Amino acid sequence: MNWDWLGRNSDRIVDLFVQHAWLAAAATLVGLVVALPLGAVAFRYRWTYPPLTTLAGLLYTIPSLALFVVLPGILGTRILDPVNVVIALTVYTVALLVRVVADALASVPEAVRQSATAMGYRPVRSLVTVQFPLAVPVIGAGLRVAAVSNVSLVSVAALLGVEQLGSLFTEGFQLNFFTPIAAGILLSLLLAVLFDVVIVLATRLSTPWARAVPSR
Amino acid sequence: MTAAWDFLTTAANWSGTDGIWTRFTEHLFYTLLSVVIAALVALPLGAVIGHTGRGVAAIAGVANALRALPTLGLLTVLTLWSFGLLTGQLARLGPSIVVLVVLAVPPILSNTYAGIAAVDPAARDAARGMGMTGSQVLLRVELPVAMPLVLSGVRSAYLQVVATATIAAVVGLGGFGRYVVDGLAQQLYGKMVAGALLVALMAVIGDRLIALVGRFLVSPGLSGRRVREKAQEAEAGFAAVPPT
Repeated sequence: MNWDWLGRNSDRIVDLFVQHAWLAAAATLVGLVVALPLGAVAFRYRWTYPPLTTLAGLLYTIPSLALFVVLPGILGTRILDPVNVVIALTVYTVALLVRVVADALASVPEAVRQSATAMGYRPVRSLVTVQFPLAVPVIGAGLRVAAVSNVSLVSVAALLGVEQLGSLFTEGFQLNFFTPIAAGILLSLLLAVLFDVVIVLATRLSTPWARAVPSR
Repeated sequence: MTAAWDFLTTAANWSGTDGIWTRFTEHLFYTLLSVVIAALVALPLGAVIGHTGRGVAAIAGVANALRALPTLGLLTVLTLWSFGLLTGQLARLGPSIVVLVVLAVPPILSNTYAGIAAVDPAARDAARGMGMTGSQVLLRVELPVAMPLVLSGVRSAYLQVVATATIAAVVGLGGFGRYVVDGLAQQLYGKMVAGALLVALMAVIGDRLIALVGRFLVSPGLSGRRVREKAQEAEAGFAAVPPT
């Protein structure tokens, strides 16, 4: 580790870290927001479940680098535009979470659903105020996987010159210099852990009833 | 997009050392080599873990840690290291293959283990009751029954490796990734897109091919509904890692 280099470049490294965090977080959040209604549809109308999950599986076979490269041609954005990265990772996040959301809603006990209906909740209100909250633990588990793999995937975009922690890998390689690569790996692991902790905490805070009764 | 079409329909781009056929052969070679090595490591290990039930927690931990590790970082570090230790083609190829194998092992390993752990205890007991030894139970009952899951693990591994082999072009490897990396350097967007499309095509076709081979490998007695549902569940379980 060359500490001098780290000290001299600390401003840039912080910038890259923030940019990396922003790209991964944006993709994860947008992906979640898109996946919630889609997953609800896949759960409510069972016939949409197989085609939606098959489509999701197909999206998963597309390599991320290929998606980063092809998206500008489809969207008309510039190839260096970070938006391409966010959209590509959003696609993967949605592909992962649609199935998770549908399965999470299926894990809500039927008796609870019927109770909500009996109390006069209309379908959408029952979904938003009863079923989604109860599905949070399962959705949270899926979101952890999505967030952590997004953090790791963002770095691939360095190949196209989109600035984030991955840029430290390509630069270190070109300069035959280990310090930036080591810093990049450690910081992106740190970011993955941070995201994981945030999601676990958010899951716990939004499900206080899970702790109301001591677990067996 | 039209530039990519032009690239793909120009006959000169299909032959030669930078031609599409050569790049395809290279890409296929890296992929097959890595998946085969990974299978040779992961199948016996997964079989033993599934059969004995030992080491399960360790596997889950390693698989999670690997998911967070940036592939590109691993690739550049190992390649720089090997430049100091090795020379020639091996210095370039060695580290990339190591990274690809490291990525391909977890899906095969965890699916093999999960497939064997999910074998109906009654079937295992019946095999024992027929006088089979431990290894006979494993080879003639547990592994065949776990085959659909093992194959879905191999498919995940294949997809992961095809995608990551593209990235390895940055550290000097051949394959379709060259078009993406060189196209960017030469400001030839059509070439980049052509490379990206070829990789995506290779991923999808290979995935279907492995699924097709699976139909012949899986015992007809198993193709019943229950097993298929279990395989789908497991696929959902390991769809966890998107292709790098």
